[in-house]
Amino acid sequence: MRPQTDTIIDSKPDTRGKVVVEMQHVHKSFGDRDVLTDFNLQLFERENLVILGKSGSGKSVAIKIMVGLLKPDSGSINVLGYDVPNLSNKELNELRLQIGFSFQLSALYDSMSVRENLEFPLKRNLGIYDRQQLNEKVMSALQDVGLESARDMNPAELSGGMKKRIGIARTLILNPKIMLYDEPTAGLDPVTSGEINELILRVRDKYNTSSIIITHDISCARQTSDRIVGLFDGRNKVGGTFDELKKQNAPDLQPFFNY
Amino acid sequence: MKFRKFLIALAEVFRFIKRFFKEAFYPPFEVKETLRQCFLLGNRSLFLIVFTSFLAGIVFTKQSRPSLASFGAESWLPSLVSQAVVRSLGPLITGLICAGKLGSNIGAELASMQVSEQIDAMEVSGTRPYAYLVVSRVLATTLMLPLLVIFADIVALMGSFVMVHAINKTSFTLFINEVSAVVTYLDIFSSLVKSAFFGFAIGIVGSYAGYHSEKGTTGVGKAANTAVVVSMIFIFVIDLVSLQVLTLFRAQ
Ligand SMILES: Nc1ncnc2c1ncn2[C@@H]1O[C@H](COP(=O)(O)OP(=O)(O)O)[C@@H](O)[C@H]1O
Ligand SMILES: [Mg+2]
Repeated sequence: MRPQTDTIIDSKPDTRGKVVVEMQHVHKSFGDRDVLTDFNLQLFERENLVILGKSGSGKSVAIKIMVGLLKPDSGSINVLGYDVPNLSNKELNELRLQIGFSFQLSALYDSMSVRENLEFPLKRNLGIYDRQQLNEKVMSALQDVGLESARDMNPAELSGGMKKRIGIARTLILNPKIMLYDEPTAGLDPVTSGEINELILRVRDKYNTSSIIITHDISCARQTSDRIVGLFDGRNKVGGTFDELKKQNAPDLQPFFNY
Repeated sequence: MKFRKFLIALAEVFRFIKRFFKEAFYPPFEVKETLRQCFLLGNRSLFLIVFTSFLAGIVFTKQSRPSLASFGAESWLPSLVSQAVVRSLGPLITGLICAGKLGSNIGAELASMQVSEQIDAMEVSGTRPYAYLVVSRVLATTLMLPLLVIFADIVALMGSFVMVHAINKTSFTLFINEVSAVVTYLDIFSSLVKSAFFGFAIGIVGSYAGYHSEKGTTGVGKAANTAVVVSMIFIFVIDLVSLQVLTLFRAQ
């Protein structure tokens, strides 16, 4: 049985695959600042779910809780069958290998070249040191993001959009089941944003990933989403497809659509 | 409230140090990265240490001479200087220079990685950033400081010899003889152990400041600053403690 969260509009439940991420009644505060008060979320297999909310609303906190970077104060988080807050280091590592995390600031290792960035998880995680195998995997991940030419460059030489792509390539190299994109288009011009949005769709098709895309960019939400949830005042208030939300005219979402 | 915050921070520091011992002595070991850090760190600080130690040797010798001379004990100069250099001056100069040079470097480097989410990125890709970044750096400073102190001692004594020779025309062999007559194995051994502690303090303080730096670009500057100030304080504290311990040893 799939527990229903109260506010999510579940328009066509039967066509969906199984639930890969489920967060229930998650609460998180820093000091006396409540960031998430009652956050609920379900991500289905092969779905692109957008979490929409203004900055500082706790979107990043929500996905960092999902991968165990932050501990929730209460609530349950289940990712691919793992009970995230109560995992041993070994189990957490197993889980993280199946999740790709694209960071808001790209988070490329700036002391390493692009190639070394991509090889880093292969070496340290999978213990692959064979030169040929490394080269093949690096090239195929770079091809997926359309940046073979950047292989021997340093992160400082890359543009913002290129950094985002390399960051995504670095997570694809481990064949993730789930992709988490933290503000993939923030700080990018509209054309580059469009390219990143297309990349997100291509990744889903090629890798069969289920993805959560965090954004405050409505055109990113429109292009990449199968479903959108809005995060306001620490809880997910509205949900549905882009068109449903647009029709629904919820006051919280007004500013996004009118922008 | 402030005091409670302080206690929480203290507990966090202890956890950080505990984690070091846990990750440093259980495989997989970070041999390659540790060696790389040793090399980088030696490279960064050797010249500065050699330069300052040489000057310190000269200055200390020149300043000590008149007071010895007034007792008619000028011939004791090499013994006095060499004991001071090996026991105290060499380790202290090396420690302070490294706290400034390496502490700030480690603090700023890790802080900028923290601020730009690079450490989080390593964490979520399961690449064990603590071992890769912190263990390697702390091991490197702990291993390299004694080595650098040996350099500093030798160079400071050379500086001292230059001074002694210039005034008293003492020959090199005589100088060396006098030095080796007073410097004991306990002196050398204890100064090396002390400097390993200096190195550990510099590495762990710098790493902690960087790893736990505040978000935002000001976090990087703050981390570098904290790293330098706190590790310098630790160096003086360790110096004092080791002196107390040694006094016990020598009394026996
Ligand atoms: N590690 C942390 N320590 C303290 N406060 C934090 C931390 N991470 C996030 N916050 C706070 O939580 C709130 C939500 O942050 P975040 O999730 O980054 O927002 P966004 O929706 O823009 O991604 C912010 O007010 C931020 O200051
Ligand atoms: Mg964010």
